[in-house]
Amino acid sequence: MNEAPARIRTTYREALREALREALTRDERVFLMGEDVGRYGGSYAVSKGLLAEFGEERIRDTPLSESAFVGAGIGAALNGMLPIVEVMTVNFSLLALDQIVNNAATIRHMSGGQFSIPLVIRMATGAGRQLAAQHSHSFEGWYAHIPGIRIVTPATLEDARGMLWTALLDPDPVILFENALLYNLEGELAPDAGAVDIDRAAVRRAGEDLTLVTYGGSLGKTLEAAAQLAGQGVSAEVIDLRTLRPLDMPVVLGSLSKTHRMVIVDEGWKSGSLAGEIMARVMEEAFYDLDAPIARVCSAEVPIPYPKHLEDAAIPQVATIVESALRTAGRHG
Amino acid sequence: MKLDRDLGRSLLKEMLRIRRFEEKCAELYSAGKIRGFLHLYIGEEAVAAGAMRAFGPEDAILATYREHGQALVRGIPAGAIMAEMYGKVEGCSHGRGGSMHIFDAATRFYGGNAIVGGGLPLAVGFALADRMMRRPRVTACFFGEGAVAEGEFHESLNLASLWKVPALFLCENNLYAMGTALERSEADTDLCEKARSYKMPARSVDGMDVIAVKDATAQAAAEVRAGGGPQFLEFRTYRFRAHSMFDAELYRTKAEVEQWKPRCPILTFTNRLKAEGLIDEPALAAIEAEVADEIARAVAFAEAGSWEPVENLARDVYTGRAA
Repeated sequence: MNEAPARIRTTYREALREALREALTRDERVFLMGEDVGRYGGSYAVSKGLLAEFGEERIRDTPLSESAFVGAGIGAALNGMLPIVEVMTVNFSLLALDQIVNNAATIRHMSGGQFSIPLVIRMATGAGRQLAAQHSHSFEGWYAHIPGIRIVTPATLEDARGMLWTALLDPDPVILFENALLYNLEGELAPDAGAVDIDRAAVRRAGEDLTLVTYGGSLGKTLEAAAQLAGQGVSAEVIDLRTLRPLDMPVVLGSLSKTHRMVIVDEGWKSGSLAGEIMARVMEEAFYDLDAPIARVCSAEVPIPYPKHLEDAAIPQVATIVESALRTAGRHG
Repeated sequence: MKLDRDLGRSLLKEMLRIRRFEEKCAELYSAGKIRGFLHLYIGEEAVAAGAMRAFGPEDAILATYREHGQALVRGIPAGAIMAEMYGKVEGCSHGRGGSMHIFDAATRFYGGNAIVGGGLPLAVGFALADRMMRRPRVTACFFGEGAVAEGEFHESLNLASLWKVPALFLCENNLYAMGTALERSEADTDLCEKARSYKMPARSVDGMDVIAVKDATAQAAAEVRAGGGPQFLEFRTYRFRAHSMFDAELYRTKAEVEQWKPRCPILTFTNRLKAEGLIDEPALAAIEAEVADEIARAVAFAEAGSWEPVENLARDVYTGRAA
C-alpha cells in the first residue's frame, strides 16, 4: 500500500516565502522590491533569507517612496519584467494610490488594449495588533472597487503558497492582500503544494442552514463561529471569497440557493463596503432565494483605536459572528 | 558651425508638422470634431523635434497630456493620432484615450499621461528593466515644469539616481503650470539645482532653439546609454496658446505672449536656414505643401474612421476577458 507523502508543517509566512522563492527561481524576469525586503528581511519577515539567495538586483530594498517604487514596478512590468512589489501595509499604499489607480488600472484600457501590466503588489492589511488608526485598516474593499486590477486575499496556507505564481502569470495587475494576523498561522501543507487558481471562491465548510461569506483575516474567526454554531444546532456553510475582484458570485448564490440565509463577515467598514456590494448583488440576482434579511458583521465606523478592548470591539469577532448568525437563522428573539 | 542642409530642412519640417497639425486640431475642436481636453504644444515644437532625434526604435518614450508633438515626431502616423482625437477605433489608442492618452506599441510610445508627474515613476521602472536585462536602451521621460512640485518628481529622481538607471528626464519648462507661474509655485526656480541635489547631471537648454535641443539631448542620451546613470535636461520654452481650449488666459498678459513671439522656434529657425542659404521660398513652400497634404490625409483618415460598437464597451479593461 502506498503511503501518502508526509505533509509539511509550515506557517503562512513560510508559505509566502516559498512562493516567492519558487517565482524567483522559475523566471529570471521576476524580482522583489519594497521597503526593507532585503537586509531587514521584510517587515513581517516574509522575505527573510531571500537577499542572500538571490542577490541585491532581485531582492531590492527601496527608499520610503511608495509612489515611485510602485510606479517603477508598473514601468518594469510594461518593459518585460514580472515585478513583485511589496508595500509594507495597505495604509502606506495610499501614498501610491495615484500609480495604482491612475496607471496600473488604466493603461491597458487607455491604450486600447496594446499593453498588459503583469505586476503583483503584495501588502499587509487588517487590525488586531494594537497598532492604532494608521496601521490597522482594511482597504482591500476599496481596491476591489476599481476596474483594471484583480484583488486576491489568501486566507489559507494553500493560498499563501499558491496564489502568487498564478497572480504573476496573470497579464494584469494583481494586488495580493496578506492579513497581518495570518503570518503566524500554522498548519500542514502537501509537499507538492503549488499554484492555485485565483478565479474561484471556495466552500471552506459545508452547511445547510445559513451561508457565512468572508475572506482573508476573518476566515479563521468565521470557521470558529461555524463550529460554535454547530454546537447550537445551526449548520453554517462558510465561503471564502479568495478573490474580491472579480467576485465569484455563482459560488455565493449557489450556497444561498441551498441555505436561503446569509451573513457577510468583512473587516472593512460597513459604509460603502465590499459586504454591501455582495448584499446588493444578492438583491439583484437572488432576492427571492432569501428567507431573511442578509446581515453584515463589519468593523465599527471608527478609525481603529489603540487599546485592546476597544480594538477588539471595533472589528468582527467570533462572538459577534455567532450572534449575527443566530439572529439570521431565526434563533434569537 | 554650419548646418547640414538636409538636417536643417528635416528639423524644420518636423516642427511645421506639429504646428500645422495642431492648428488643424484647434479648428476641428471648434467644429466639434475633437472633444474633451485639447492641450496644444504650439510654441514648444523645437523640444519634441530636436530631442526625439536622440532616441532609437528600441528606446521607450513617455510623455504628458501635451504630447502630440512627441507622438508625431516619434513616427506614429498622423492619421492614427488624428483618429484618436476623434475617438475613432482607428486611433492609435483605439479611440479609448483621446488627445491626452496617445499610446503606440510599434514606436514604444507609452503615453500620454494626464496626471502631472505620473509618468516619472514609470520611467524609472522602464529604465530599471533595461538595466536589469542589460539592454543598452534609454527611457525618455518628458514632463512639464509643473511636475517639479509633485512628490513623484523627487521620489523618482532620487530612485533613478540611487539605482543609476538609464533614464533621461526631459523637463519642458514653459513657465506656467496651467495658470500658475513657476515663481508662484517654487521657492527655488532653478530646476537643474533640484536635479543636482539628487546627484544627477543637469543642464538648462534654450528650448526655442531646435539645434540646441538636439545637441544637448543627443549628448545626454549617449551618456545615459553608455551607463553613466540618469540625467536631467531643462528646456526653456513657451506655450503660445492657452493651456487648453477652456483657458481664458487671465494669468498672463497679451504683451507677454507677444514678447515671446519673435522667439518662435519655427520663425527663428526658418530665418537661420535662409541666412545660411539652406532654404529658399520655393523649398519652404514645398515643405509646407507636403505637411498640408499629410494633415489633409490624416483628417480624411479620421473622418472615414468608425465608431466602436457599444457592445465592445467592456473590452481592454483586462487582458483576454471582459471587465
